Amino acid sequence: MESVVDLALLGLLAVTAFGVLHLRNLVAVVMLMGIYSFLSAALFVVLDAVDVAFTEVAVGAGVSTILALGTLALVGTRQKRHAKSPVIPLLIVLVTGGMLVYGTYDLPRWGQADNPVHGHVAPEYLEMHVPLAGEEGEVLEVHIPNIVTTVLASYRGYDTLGETTVVFAAMVGVLTLFVGRRRPRRKGGSPADDDGEDGAP
Amino acid sequence: MRDQIILRIAAKILVGPILLFALYVQFHGDYGPGGGFQAGVIFAAGVILYALVFGLDRAKAAIPTSIVTWCGTLGVLIFAGVGVVAMFMGGNFLDYGVLLYDAEHAQHIGILLVEAGVLVTVFGVMVTLFYSFAGRRRSR
Repeated sequence: MESVVDLALLGLLAVTAFGVLHLRNLVAVVMLMGIYSFLSAALFVVLDAVDVAFTEVAVGAGVSTILALGTLALVGTRQKRHAKSPVIPLLIVLVTGGMLVYGTYDLPRWGQADNPVHGHVAPEYLEMHVPLAGEEGEVLEVHIPNIVTTVLASYRGYDTLGETTVVFAAMVGVLTLFVGRRRPRRKGGSPADDDGEDGAP
Repeated sequence: MRDQIILRIAAKILVGPILLFALYVQFHGDYGPGGGFQAGVIFAAGVILYALVFGLDRAKAAIPTSIVTWCGTLGVLIFAGVGVVAMFMGGNFLDYGVLLYDAEHAQHIGILLVEAGVLVTVFGVMVTLFYSFAGRRRSR
């Protein structure tokens, strides 16, 4: 049953991806990308990764779609036709894809309990995380039911700090590009100055 | 879109619950799926929905650009600040175990604070991005 759901979702993903390639109307493409995100989220739910699915829906289908539509409002909604021949890009894509598929043959079989990924730090985290019977006196390092939160915020706190900084860097980048370019004449304009000017129609 | 009555009423009804749901995702992150990142995005989505339906000016009147930019910065400071406080209290950077009287509660409070930092940054950044894109369209 689960493999049927998997196959159906993967098939729909492929259809959506071809739709994205085929369509020239970029608004439709953005909508299809949103659908693609929803389908991936459904796949993550099938894989029991609800936290990832949640993020995918909120970011991939929600905010990304809005920002992409905002970009389209700036650049127009028709994709230009390319005059160049598609042979070399196609060749590069085929070779890269072939190499990736070849690489999967060295991977351990998917979903096996003795895969290396399950023997690394995960058992240690689970052991400290789940209170074991008969060990009342032992101080658990953490006891929070959702282990994803524990791993993200505590065991992998450095990584999450880094991710937060990357998000912050994205804001700095956008502000540098947009605020700086909009008002080349004004010097040292603070963000608060934007409000007044945006209010004008 | 301000003259579309169905959109306006639906948005009016939805914005509050969306913001509330974001807080639920934030504070329920210890027990179910979710956490600071998702909560921040959902909170931003509530503000963006308001801006889409009622106009950018009214959204900016409610939540000014300067505040969201500050939020984007403040969250990272909260996150790193928790780490630095842990260092001052005798632990390693981001070692929450030393923050309170016992390690388990300290972990809880550390994770809560750090997730709050993530929420604030993600919310600030997402709304800043939206304001930048939408504001640029209008200025053209």
